[in-house]
Amino acid sequence: MYAFDVETPSSVAEAVAALKDEEATALGGGQTLIPTLKQRLAAPEKLVSLSGIAEMKGISTDGGVLTIGGATPHVEVAAQGDFPALAALAGNIGDPAVRNRGTIGGSLANNDPSACYPSAVLGTGATIVTNTREIAADDYFQGMFTTALEDDEIITAVRFPIPKAASYQKFDQPASRFALVGVFVAKTADGVRVAVTGASEDGVFRWTEAEEALNKEFRSDALMDLDINAMNMIGDLHGTKEYRAHLVKVMTRRAINAIG
Amino acid sequence: MTQVTMTVNGKAVSGEAEGRTLLSQFLRDGLGLTGTHVGCDTSQCGACSVHVNGKLVKSCTMFAIEADGAEVSTVEGEADEDGTLSTIQQAFQEHHGLQCGFCTPGMVMATKSLLAENPKPTEAEIRAYLSGNICRCTGYHNIVKAIMAASGQDVSAIAAE
Amino acid sequence: MPADGGIGASTKRREDVRFLTGNGNYTDDINANGQAYVYFLRSEMAHAKINGIDTSDAEKMDGVIRIFTGEDFVEVGGVPCGWEVTDRFGNAMQEPRHPILAHGKARHVGDPICAIVAETLEQARDAAEAIELDLEELPAVIDMKSALAKDSPKVHDELESNLCYDWGFVEENRDAVDEAIKNAHHVTTLELRNNRLIANPMEPRVAIGMFDRTTDEHTLYTTSQNPHVIRLLMGAFVLGIPEHKLRVISPDVGGGFGTKIFHYAEEAFCTFAAKAVNRPVKWTCSRSEAFVSDAHGRDHVTKIELAMDKDGNFLALRTDTHANMGAYLSTFAPSVPTWLHGTLMAGNYKTPLIYVNVKAVFTNTVPVDAYRGAGRPEASFQLERVIDKAAHEMGIDPIELRRQNFITEFPYATPVAVEYDTGDYNATMDKMIEIADLAGFEKRAAESADNGKLRGIGVNCYIEACGIAPSNLVGQLGARAGLYESATVRVNATGSISVMTGSHSHGQGHETAFPQVIADMLGIDASQVDIVHGDTSKVPMGMGTYGSRSLAVGGSAMVRATEKIINKAKKIAAHLLEASEGDIELKDGQFTVAGTDKSVAWGDVTLAAYVPHNYPLEDLEPGLEETAFYDPANFTYPSGAYACEVEVDPETGKVTIERFSAADDFGNIVNPMIVDGQVHGGIGQGIGQALLEQAVYDDDGQLISGSYMDYAMPRADDVPFYTVDHSCQTPCTHNPLGVKGCGEAGAIGSPPAVVNAVVDALRRAGQDITHIDMPLTPSRVWQAMQS
Repeated sequence: MYAFDVETPSSVAEAVAALKDEEATALGGGQTLIPTLKQRLAAPEKLVSLSGIAEMKGISTDGGVLTIGGATPHVEVAAQGDFPALAALAGNIGDPAVRNRGTIGGSLANNDPSACYPSAVLGTGATIVTNTREIAADDYFQGMFTTALEDDEIITAVRFPIPKAASYQKFDQPASRFALVGVFVAKTADGVRVAVTGASEDGVFRWTEAEEALNKEFRSDALMDLDINAMNMIGDLHGTKEYRAHLVKVMTRRAINAIG
Repeated sequence: MTQVTMTVNGKAVSGEAEGRTLLSQFLRDGLGLTGTHVGCDTSQCGACSVHVNGKLVKSCTMFAIEADGAEVSTVEGEADEDGTLSTIQQAFQEHHGLQCGFCTPGMVMATKSLLAENPKPTEAEIRAYLSGNICRCTGYHNIVKAIMAASGQDVSAIAAE
Repeated sequence: MPADGGIGASTKRREDVRFLTGNGNYTDDINANGQAYVYFLRSEMAHAKINGIDTSDAEKMDGVIRIFTGEDFVEVGGVPCGWEVTDRFGNAMQEPRHPILAHGKARHVGDPICAIVAETLEQARDAAEAIELDLEELPAVIDMKSALAKDSPKVHDELESNLCYDWGFVEENRDAVDEAIKNAHHVTTLELRNNRLIANPMEPRVAIGMFDRTTDEHTLYTTSQNPHVIRLLMGAFVLGIPEHKLRVISPDVGGGFGTKIFHYAEEAFCTFAAKAVNRPVKWTCSRSEAFVSDAHGRDHVTKIELAMDKDGNFLALRTDTHANMGAYLSTFAPSVPTWLHGTLMAGNYKTPLIYVNVKAVFTNTVPVDAYRGAGRPEASFQLERVIDKAAHEMGIDPIELRRQNFITEFPYATPVAVEYDTGDYNATMDKMIEIADLAGFEKRAAESADNGKLRGIGVNCYIEACGIAPSNLVGQLGARAGLYESATVRVNATGSISVMTGSHSHGQGHETAFPQVIADMLGIDASQVDIVHGDTSKVPMGMGTYGSRSLAVGGSAMVRATEKIINKAKKIAAHLLEASEGDIELKDGQFTVAGTDKSVAWGDVTLAAYVPHNYPLEDLEPGLEETAFYDPANFTYPSGAYACEVEVDPETGKVTIERFSAADDFGNIVNPMIVDGQVHGGIGQGIGQALLEQAVYDDDGQLISGSYMDYAMPRADDVPFYTVDHSCQTPCTHNPLGVKGCGEAGAIGSPPAVVNAVVDALRRAGQDITHIDMPLTPSRVWQAMQS
């Protein structure tokens, strides 16, 4: 790693102030950033650790909305009972040690195309709350490793409208255990949403054709005639584009069946 | 350099750390606690697993500064003062749950954390919990068996002894 | 089963206490006073001409002590190869120079170009970034068959081509095999790839070089399976340091699996640099670095043809293999696809005619060498896959086809130059059928079908040659070393014993199992015996641990030395008891005069040897310490029968291992618990090869599975509990313990079982599939099901 300082602010305001420095980078749980730093693939002069900020931690439910602090680790999300599909998703990210450190805000700020959380955020139409504004899920994800966040913007919380029913189905990439394909299907107040992670060169996306079909008829058979274009899929040693396109369909079907 | 203070295996310690000093480096190089091993650089092998404030973490994926003020437990703190092995350690020895020993400290710490959360885990729960701890020697058979035994389950029906 | 800690007891491992409490002493746990750190700047290109290296800015950076380049090593030897293969025309293999640091060209991603020695590792890395490399990228040679094309770029410009050797075995049989295949009733043909693997012991390699100016002595701490081999190769062939000035220590080593046998450039570098900068120099390999610097394993592409008569009797076997050597010849690389592979092509079967052709090829990839099983997994995989296909084509049950072709009489001389001393292949097959509950398969398959899954079963046999190896034989085959083993048994005055063994434990439990043998021979408690290993200054010249040889060869040396001890002790006892030496018996730690109640205890005899007041000094030297070097008369031939049951998810192609059963014949067993563990570990790695692991290069020579993010290591939830059995025992006839070796069996026997099972599952589902190349990833299985 290159040399850098680590600051440990105790409030969002302090963190934001520290991040005004152009050479500063926010540090969430570090489960992705630290390995990246070890490879010297990033050279911040200052890391601003968000894990000591109490106001960014914790989970609450109010009026059908689950609010999760940006610095909340996966293990706590996995333990909440108000949104079981999200709990199941969080409980299957990485491994137990990673879940104790990795945070929802860190994952969403990174927006790895194979990460699990983006599918839940997009699949429920959640709201990303930052120190300056609120960003709708549909506006937040802008391609792999790219988001609507400004440089000194911190995800302080994520607000999930708890869907009537939901399921996340993940097919593991066998080495990293990230999603080779993960599909989040939710029955929301505004209709069915289907969000797919792991599959696309453009990162997480909504499979709108499936949503339309499922809004007409919420049965896995509704997908029968749908084909997902393999062209924009990721193709690598773990699976061809065609395989990923196929898995999107299979995982979507499984999610629908799990919802029942 | 920053002065970092923490409690390691019940003893107050302090030492200097750079921003980039990992907790694993602080333990190994700073405190000479070389039982915590480093087997990869992508946060997957789990040989460096320790507990920070009672939670299982990969000490190679956390900065020492982030552990300032924390309670840290490493494999060196698992046996009694007189050297008596803990229940988990005894089960690993009894059931040949280790060969080269390199992943073992991480396995012991992961097991401790698993059994604290789930005192009687099933085989499937054990296997799932170990997804962040890679062993290349044992094929996991005897590790899983040892953990079942450490949790007080009868392992006599599990093949091969 | 004896409970007394002798041979046959599942004694708990004494080494576990230090490993379980964090008190192991691995190389990276060692830090020398004043040590400096080295960082290797490695090529990011697979093939490049080095036009220039400018270190001037880097040398001025903080903490930099010295920067080395290939120029610093032109006067010393290259990394030597320990085995010379003669090709089928009688010519020596092409053997390129392997410089310590790349010189002229870089030949694979990871080839070290500069070594930066600095006060801290991070300073060394900072300086590495300030080095200006003027590299001219050359076309990369990656695919083996393209590498042999006339117009292919060459990995080594000084060689005629990228062909290391074209080996034929047995060359005299070539025409007869061709003829038999041409005239056979049926020939089953299979083309397959044995996937390239990375051993990945959990402890990455580490080397610490030290130099003492006052005595001119070098010390190297290194993560090696065979410190004496490193001392010999590095001392004699690379750096020119005589043995008495070079000490090599391999303390606790965190797994090896073959990849820590070899002498690596980093070891020579640290030894050389410690003297050059007069500081201890430490190198700790990161895992990312290990992927591009540890020797890889396997990587064979083979066409195999099996000729049969109308009844399925095997008539002839012909194989055509391309074996990847990588960019340089690693220590034992040439032997792996040849003598460790071709000699096993008979398997468990009485095929009268066999011809094996192997073309070893240089490519711009990391060198390839022995990995658990080394050549034998490749042989078993081809053979057991082609037999499975043949059974299908001939409409014969795969178990019956194997049985009808089994070798049943021993000793048996195969047509590929080895003589199996013992075995009982029907017995292990019967045992496997029992423990795998083959009878219950159809019921389980029906249950799987109810759950929407396809169940399949695969069986196979294996044989391997272990206990490597008779020195005169391997010498004729091209080995540049002997393969005996040594032991010194030092009896202390009060009767406790230190055994200095040339074997090296890196997980195998020698510290526990070896004392069991001595305790059994002497009738004393095993706690009275300690094992010393891994230090060339303490242990007689030994060849180390690999090829499942420790007990068969190292244990035999220990037995021979102990026999000498007993002989001498009996003389002393005879003197003390005033009896004839021929009447002395040793039992339960007591020497007695046969037919009398006169006896003297072990401890009294050993004390007399060192306090020789009442002692036959005129006939016998005092002291009680003996050394033996044991050179095996033959290989040992463990064998077995394996069964794997899988479920395939027809929607995703994902394979899960539902049951795995292994019936092995290892001859006699010293510690059954440890043997079980060795088999479990081998099976785990074999399942890894079959389902998960692959080292993949792109066309430019970039390793795209270069970390655990893409190289799938088996985890606990990828594998089931295994059922293993080693009650079938046909003891080895030529070593004193009757043992055969168990370290590699699991890795050899399991891959074909897994693949046979998946193919079986798909066939039962009506798919016309005869083969899928490993690893059988979900994507590949699904793809196969679409065609």
